Amino acid sequence: MTTPIPLFDPMVPAFARISRVDRELPDVFTWHLAAPSGAGFSFAPGQFNMLYAFGAGEVPISISGDPNRPEELVHTIRAVGAVTRAMQGLRKGDTIGVRGPFGSAWPLAEARDQDLLFVAGGLGVAPLRPAILHALAARSLYRRVIVLAGFRSPADFIFRKELERWRSRFDVTVEVTVDRADTSFRGTVAVVPALIAEVELDPAATVALLCGPEVMMRFAVRELERRGVPHERIHVSMERSMKCGVGFCGHCQYGPTFVCKDGPVYRFDRIERLFYVREI
Amino acid sequence: MVHPRPDINASVLLLRDGLASLLQHLRDDGYLVVGPTVRDGAIVHDQLRGIEDLPVGVGDEQAPGRYRLRRRADQALFGYAVGPQSHKREFFPPSIRLFQLRRGAGGPVLTPEPPIDRKLALIGVRSCELQAIAVQDRVFVGGHHVDADYASRRRGVFVVAVNCGEPSGTCFCASMGTGPRASGGFDLALTELLSGGPHRFVVEVGSAAGADLLARVEHAPASEADHAAASAVTAAATANMGRHMDTRDIKSLFYANQEHPRWAQVAERCLGCTNCTLVCPTCFCSTTVDTTDLAGATATRERRWDSCFTLDHSYVHGGSVRPSLRARYRQWLTHKLASWIDQYGTSGCVGCGRCITWCPVGIDITEEAAALRADVPVA
Repeated sequence: MTTPIPLFDPMVPAFARISRVDRELPDVFTWHLAAPSGAGFSFAPGQFNMLYAFGAGEVPISISGDPNRPEELVHTIRAVGAVTRAMQGLRKGDTIGVRGPFGSAWPLAEARDQDLLFVAGGLGVAPLRPAILHALAARSLYRRVIVLAGFRSPADFIFRKELERWRSRFDVTVEVTVDRADTSFRGTVAVVPALIAEVELDPAATVALLCGPEVMMRFAVRELERRGVPHERIHVSMERSMKCGVGFCGHCQYGPTFVCKDGPVYRFDRIERLFYVREI
Repeated sequence: MVHPRPDINASVLLLRDGLASLLQHLRDDGYLVVGPTVRDGAIVHDQLRGIEDLPVGVGDEQAPGRYRLRRRADQALFGYAVGPQSHKREFFPPSIRLFQLRRGAGGPVLTPEPPIDRKLALIGVRSCELQAIAVQDRVFVGGHHVDADYASRRRGVFVVAVNCGEPSGTCFCASMGTGPRASGGFDLALTELLSGGPHRFVVEVGSAAGADLLARVEHAPASEADHAAASAVTAAATANMGRHMDTRDIKSLFYANQEHPRWAQVAERCLGCTNCTLVCPTCFCSTTVDTTDLAGATATRERRWDSCFTLDHSYVHGGSVRPSLRARYRQWLTHKLASWIDQYGTSGCVGCGRCITWCPVGIDITEEAAALRADVPVA
């Protein structure tokens, strides 16, 4: 057998320095990483990196930055496990291991001259942000741009200022909802799929990009079906355990696919068979 | 002494001494010679100093949840089926270091692992094992990304295959189309002949390196009778397979039966012990393990074998995707026999039977697959 000689080892990270930390929520933070040697981080919206914290471990994290600003790499992270909690303790000037970018991307080229419908649940707004930023920067490439985002409570908004800024534009529809709130909140209290039910849609010309907890995406898909959006026009971003990001470790298998290379972004009709199977 | 250099694809005859000399030449050439040997009541793979380290006159008995060595009446060198270890540990070791780090003034300083520089010769590789190596090649070096460690271990391996004569009670390579006769991927392939003449081996030449080696070893032309005897060995093995897997439309069989009640039944028996995945020659799941010294000044990252039977395997924040054994067993068997075909164009099963033999409760994957099929109406 002629074994190919790899040009680089995909399991060995490069190191980047944290240039800024934004605190989004008590347990959510955004890192701005400076590209080493000014090389730039080229990526497609929807892709992720494997981020490694010295001695603590490595986790897959979606890229949440602006694809038009490759000089910095942006990740928005929730501290939920041992590795991400260690990451929360890092400060400006600390270094982080980076491997990537890996995985599939939102179908922004195919969505040209169509209506773009973004549906985000909680931190799911982070993997959608690069696509939203692209759409707003290249606004003339798309027809309507609609952003529907749901959060648990008014205290859980992520990218609140940015959502408010987008909402102030005349060429974007932004609707935000929370699952629950006390009486002091005067915005919409509902789950995200309820926003889909009410938004003005041209189902035959809409490309829907969904990211959030699986249960939220399940109900969102159901609502999109009800509104007549065909399955091949719906795209979902899936999450699974990952140890390598390049198809070696086996952890992220989702039916016959690997979320790390066939996903995380899937056209819904291609995984429909798996989407409703419990524990698959 | 120089002997005629046989052509590739030709077959010659080697006596027991000739095989001993062949191993010695490999050692003289700097090869690490690894093959079957007896240790702790099982046939394992280890370094061979000579043919006396092979399991001389040893056979085995295998059944679901059962493995025993037995004394044979002859002096066969390869008179047994596969043991618990597959050759995957040579290329995909149970544990490797990925890199080491230390904190430097300008940030972490990474020490990459040097590529593996060794000459490895594998002796007594069965057809199912060759097929399993080919399956793992597709995983680690056949895709967009190449596993650097696997690639460096895999390069330049000299393979002496053995065509199986006596399959075990859990073997089913014939029905998987992966044996018992080695069809490629070897430098030399032996068929051991124990009767109708002296203890001898019909040797098929699979590569130029194999031919070069044979040219340094005393050998004779193989007669028509030897060829016929060698064919009879593998024909008998085919006829004596302990088990059978019906592979017709197996992918759609599994995809159509994700909610079959059989999954809950097998989960009642399955201990989730991971034995099947550890003995499987194609299972490739791994995890990473990070450690630091007490001062936190240095860090090490390792890759270790993992198993889809653990709760950790599918853990994402909040819980495991597959908390039930039913789901974990379904994941393993569906991947092995069905989704593997979508992923790599081949089955993930080579019919070696190890997962049946080494299952402590004797779960038999051919029986599980047949149970799914039993409920499918005959077209």
